[in-house]
Amino acid sequence: MDTIAATAKPAIGRGLRLQWEPAQGAHVLLYPEGMIKLNGSAAEIMKRCDGACTVSEITADLERTFGTHGLGAEVEAFIRLALEKKWLEIRS
Amino acid sequence: MAGDTLLTATTAPPRPGPPLWLLCELTYRCPLHCVFCYNPVDFSRTGKELSTAEWLRVLREARALGAVQLGLSGGEPLVREDVEEIVASAHELGFYINLITSGVGLNETRLQALKRAGLDHIQLSFQDSTKKMNDFLSSTRTFELKSKVAALIKQHDYPMVLNVVLHRLNIDHVEEILNMAQRMGADYVELANTQYYGWALKNREQLLPSRAQLAHAEEVTQRFREQHGESMRIFFVVPDYYERRPKPCMNGLGSLFLTIAPDGCALPCQAARVLPGLEFPSVRDASIASIWYDSPAFNHFRGDAWMKEPCRSCPEKGKDFGGCRCQAYLLTGDAANADPVCELSPHHYLIEEAVAHTERPHVNERPLVFRDHR
Repeated sequence: MDTIAATAKPAIGRGLRLQWEPAQGAHVLLYPEGMIKLNGSAAEIMKRCDGACTVSEITADLERTFGTHGLGAEVEAFIRLALEKKWLEIRS
Repeated sequence: MAGDTLLTATTAPPRPGPPLWLLCELTYRCPLHCVFCYNPVDFSRTGKELSTAEWLRVLREARALGAVQLGLSGGEPLVREDVEEIVASAHELGFYINLITSGVGLNETRLQALKRAGLDHIQLSFQDSTKKMNDFLSSTRTFELKSKVAALIKQHDYPMVLNVVLHRLNIDHVEEILNMAQRMGADYVELANTQYYGWALKNREQLLPSRAQLAHAEEVTQRFREQHGESMRIFFVVPDYYERRPKPCMNGLGSLFLTIAPDGCALPCQAARVLPGLEFPSVRDASIASIWYDSPAFNHFRGDAWMKEPCRSCPEKGKDFGGCRCQAYLLTGDAANADPVCELSPHHYLIEEAVAHTERPHVNERPLVFRDHR
């Protein structure tokens, strides 16, 4: 897959749902007849994929929230993986 | 002997996690009469169906334990008129809701209502790519209706998941089936080879494909994937009779899956009703929490203390849990035996015989037994 444009606005894939599950102590991504338990950083990225924020805005927000910087490559790598798996999609 | 004890050390059942997957079989009633149905062959003799209020209680209690994936199936769930109410309640509780349907009973009005109620996903079954075979295998005229329903599902912006149960009579049509799915705009296609329980086991001789048929179908599927890419995801489920090791059935009974049968009987798997000697509790008499954590029936096959050889000392026992308990019982007469699909099972010859039979010319076959009341 090509690099993702910094202006792309990822959203949770059609028919999928992200939610917090107290019984599992984790965010899970629910899809037809299945579920992925997300680790903390994956959940923080996915939560921000609302179809309105760009990849660079998501990165900036994460860096602000966690008081760090240089997250760009990690965020993009995860978003690329999630797009491949159809957890995320880019609506134009 | 001491050495033996060490070798065959078993572990006590750990306290299980929550039943993450809840399958509500709302009814055994179904307008179709499929020859490969896994419903119990004596389904018409089971007790009265749960009421709406009882189903809503099941949902609340299971959700409180942590259940999150919900399957609504049957029979044909849409035979019940309260599916919309059940979906609305499940949605409010935070379930991800899968409706598993033949499409019979699904029209524009109901689909709109289900969408409003919060239904997440619809899995639509087809019997074949041709009207003739679809209608023959289900003993109904439903092909055109199903095609219309498929279009409706797309219109309402649902991911479309087509499920086609494969067997000897339709497995040679895999290419046509995939083309049909693509024309319909399917997002996922499950080519699920028949599992031999219930009605399907009765018809196994006529349904089990030959090795050559299976190889051909896999080849066609692979070619289709290469030509068309991943825009339509295809899952090809191999019939376990052709595997060398058994499937990790239900990820081990009582670990993730909880099925509630139409009459409220709680089961660790939808086929488990056949297992003898276990009293499966009813949600009419007990809470979901006590059924899941405390009932002898749900604890029986947890851990590995119940296992016999060769499973008990097998290094793979933590991977496949000895396979399917129902298959072990149905084919060997003892649910604690290894699933005979496993090459290491002393009963594996039963599978080999069934497979060898597929190579013989099928003349003078017994007629297919269509699912029906008895």
